[in-house]
Amino acid sequence: MTEPVRRGTTGDSGPRASVGRARRRAGLSVALLALLVAVGVPRVGPAAAVSDEDVHAIASQLRCVVCQNLSVADSPSEMAHQMRDLIRERLDAGDRPDQVKAYFVQRYGDWVLLAPPARGLNLVLWLAPFGAVLGGFVLVLILVRRWRRAPDIVTTATVPAVGPADRERIAAELERLAD
Amino acid sequence: MVGLLAYGFRTDPRAVPSPLVGRPAPSFTLTTFDGKTVSLESQRGKVVVLNFWASWCYPACYEEAPALEAGWRQFQPKDVVVLGVAIQDKDPASLEFIQRFGLTFPNAPDPAGKVSIDYGVYGVPETFVIDRKGVIRRKHVGGVTEAAFRESVEPLLAESASTGGA
Repeated sequence: MTEPVRRGTTGDSGPRASVGRARRRAGLSVALLALLVAVGVPRVGPAAAVSDEDVHAIASQLRCVVCQNLSVADSPSEMAHQMRDLIRERLDAGDRPDQVKAYFVQRYGDWVLLAPPARGLNLVLWLAPFGAVLGGFVLVLILVRRWRRAPDIVTTATVPAVGPADRERIAAELERLAD
Repeated sequence: MVGLLAYGFRTDPRAVPSPLVGRPAPSFTLTTFDGKTVSLESQRGKVVVLNFWASWCYPACYEEAPALEAGWRQFQPKDVVVLGVAIQDKDPASLEFIQRFGLTFPNAPDPAGKVSIDYGVYGVPETFVIDRKGVIRRKHVGGVTEAAFRESVEPLLAESASTGGA
């Protein structure tokens, strides 16, 4: 299948007609290859190779057990290396990704998952941010209401009424300013 | 919130509780440094002390090696097996370690780390105490002392004697 592709791309050597045919065949095989990739045919066969991405996808969700704050995918440690090999081996043997993860959880507990499952005491972790946002919103609402009501109270309670004596004095001062 | 923090600060962030205690010990077959095959199945009916170590694990592994050897010598006639598994280690270094402490119990390398991962090991030394029925009863993290060896092994020996064995 690769042969026509090679001929098509280095197509100067042969006669014109054969080059054209080679090009067509090359185009066809490229299309076929694209189709195979899109459909994901390599996964169907039992001898399908496990890609690095498949291993990485699982390894990045697992905590490296001998490190601090590193995933199995990111750690250069030997243990993480062995774990990646084991992930590949298990996928190769036909395990689904969730089965591979379940294996590690069985051995190391939920602790090994970088995203702790939302149950038990862990729920606090998942719900606390929403609780905090909601609490903040309610607080702001209460404060804004209080601030909006406050000016009325201030004007009626603290500003003294203007009496006739004050009016006289204001008029006198204004007259003096005019001079 | 404060309560959560208080709880969090009091627990050791490096202590990982093993979900394996109380569960059947994962089976394994290893080849010891002197070429013998040793499997967990072949030890059924005995109390097994499974120790994971490494020659680079200083000082904890160096401190516990004599205790393990002493425990092995004392309890071997009473149906206790000590099994050492060297993890993430180079064979010559492991052999030097074995010679240095004159270890006489079986020791085997775990080249691909499969047995150690199967036991949820996250550091060395770690020691699993497996009862006569093949159930993990205890996990020691860090060096095992002679007293700890005795304390974890003796009840299991007595226990199976009182139930008349499986």
